[in-house]
Amino acid sequence: MSKKSFRQAINEALRQEMQRDPRIILMGEDIAGGQGGSAGVVDAWGGVLGVTKGLYTEFGPDRVFDTPISEASYIGAAVGAAATGLRPVAELMFVDFVGCCLDQIMNQAAKFRYMFGGKARTPLVIRAMYGAGFNAAAQHSQALYPLFTHIPGLKVVIPSSPYEAKGLLIEAIRDDDPVIFLENKVMYDDEEEVPDEPYTIPFGEANLTREGDDVTIVAFGRMVNFANEAADRLEKDGISCTVIDPRTTSPLDSATILECVEETGRLVIVDESSPRCNMATDVAALVVEEAFESLKAPIRRVVPPHTPVPFATVLEKLYLPDAARIESAVRSVMAYKKTKQDA
Amino acid sequence: MTDLITPITMPKFGLAMTEGKIASWNIPPGGHVDAGQEIADIETTKITNGYESPASGTLRRQIAAEGETLPVGALLGVLADPAVSDADIDAFIAKFQADFSSDSAAPTQADHAEPVLLSVGDLTLRVQKAGQGDGTPLLFIHGFGGDLSNWMLNQNSLSTDRRTIAFDLPGHGGSSKNVGDGKPATFAATTAALLDKLDITQAHVVGHSLGGAIALELAKAFPQKVASLSLIAPAGLGQGINMDFIDGFISADRRKTLEPVLNYLVHDKTLISRKMIEDIIRFKRLDGALQSLQTIAQACFPHGQQADDLRPALTGFSGPSQIIWGADDEVLSPNDAKGLPDSITVTILPQSGHMPQLENAAAVNAAITQFVK
Repeated sequence: MSKKSFRQAINEALRQEMQRDPRIILMGEDIAGGQGGSAGVVDAWGGVLGVTKGLYTEFGPDRVFDTPISEASYIGAAVGAAATGLRPVAELMFVDFVGCCLDQIMNQAAKFRYMFGGKARTPLVIRAMYGAGFNAAAQHSQALYPLFTHIPGLKVVIPSSPYEAKGLLIEAIRDDDPVIFLENKVMYDDEEEVPDEPYTIPFGEANLTREGDDVTIVAFGRMVNFANEAADRLEKDGISCTVIDPRTTSPLDSATILECVEETGRLVIVDESSPRCNMATDVAALVVEEAFESLKAPIRRVVPPHTPVPFATVLEKLYLPDAARIESAVRSVMAYKKTKQDA
Repeated sequence: MTDLITPITMPKFGLAMTEGKIASWNIPPGGHVDAGQEIADIETTKITNGYESPASGTLRRQIAAEGETLPVGALLGVLADPAVSDADIDAFIAKFQADFSSDSAAPTQADHAEPVLLSVGDLTLRVQKAGQGDGTPLLFIHGFGGDLSNWMLNQNSLSTDRRTIAFDLPGHGGSSKNVGDGKPATFAATTAALLDKLDITQAHVVGHSLGGAIALELAKAFPQKVASLSLIAPAGLGQGINMDFIDGFISADRRKTLEPVLNYLVHDKTLISRKMIEDIIRFKRLDGALQSLQTIAQACFPHGQQADDLRPALTGFSGPSQIIWGADDEVLSPNDAKGLPDSITVTILPQSGHMPQLENAAAVNAAITQFVK
């Protein structure tokens, strides 16, 4: 056990699984880097942010290869490789590029098991960076997990820390269905204790990072850290919060969310994806339908405005939810008084 | 007058402890405390534990407030004779605080000793070494589902005059997950190999629960390696075992389901902290951990009973032996310690469950210290 960054945790998960299972291959743009060009340097890149560095050197060109800049072709190839017996981990670089290869994911990979009567397996992982806060502008900053969550047949994972990333990625690689694994690009240098051995964290099991009596906060990915920060500040003022990290949006651990809301009676949802039809609306609908009687106040969503992610630093900061906004949302649901009392 | 003033500082319960929180003061300002009396309750992320006053005197000052979190070694309060003047106490505090900030910037190596990984045969074992000195070394063996952190309140206290070794059994903590047939005798052979690897020819052996059975197998197969046996709630002396604990420990994979299972371990249920539950869940997620536990449970507790009768190993051991048991043990019954020869000291600790080394660390440490003198 030692401290590892989010980047190292993902690299270690890939390395240990590739050592265990020779069917696992990696493909993507610049994930090795350099071996294609005339003056190329082997393993120069390891992905634009260095996550796959060292894997080309260890596993060679048969298992780690750079692809042309054509998402439609290499994601399609990965889907086919998965359907025919390999276990590819394809890197989409920025999740924003999914538009170029959505048919391969949505209409092919996601449908095989269902349309072939449960006889086809598609053990594919697509890793991609998501999220704002990196000054990467509107085409490289989106949090598109609601898009994938919408499609039956895909599993969608959003790790919130290095420990979570390693265990969830190994689970994703061992899973026989297509899994979309989304990494917040601002978190790569976050560090925490991560076991050296391989381990798995099951999908569809939420993690409670804080437990309290007053308000339930559901947060996704990087937002879990902000929710924890807000909960710790509020604790000092006597407001105790439960913070739920669902870990996966598909499958979603709705039972844990409902149980916690039934205990606290108040719900704040933090989601950095665009506000219409995002995870916050989905969780709000679930709670209103299944736990309406237990609500003591309206549900509050802490979400960005419905606009492309701005490039300008000050605007991008305004765009993203943060601990202060979560804190004020929690205070507002605590302060809520019903104007019309039930008889 | 400073020799009449005793600083009360943040204790270091476990080797990994770097800071603690004052859960409560048990002595009011101006109150008298005897040496060994619990002056405060200290909460760490793992456990809340009573802190025994290092000396007798009047608690002249409470420096730290309840709820405050401070680093190990920080000044919590000041004990002194009523005759010492307030001015002297203020001067003492000022000097302590000035020195402390500079000391704390340079922690000693020993304070931060991390467990090491050792190759023993074809296994890797995670080993926590502590202490030095001429005393016969002391070896801790944890029980089913445990790890070396089970000794966090004991290893430091027992390391003042000797080497001490705690380790993760195969299948547990950070050690290899290969447990062979999962029998205590197999673990005993691995334990003997670990002692050889560490160049320890003979050790006082402290074994808890299934670790007690392993200690007995060690004494049976390698009597020359065992200077004495201190068995804490040991397996192997009776047939009964709480299978709700064993089965629940294996099957529970979430905090909600694991917490009631861990409650069997202690008399005071508040001792089971969030962190303790999370650590066990994290251990169980490691590749191979669950299969190891299943293999051990099947080998040691088939058909809901203990498989091995190790009473002959205990009565046949020629060295000194003692048994320590919590009166309220809900996993293994302290009645199992009945009917043994008078030469074996049996200490039953009130208000303690299956893990008296955590719940009543002071009494357990005192009993072992006395025994290995």
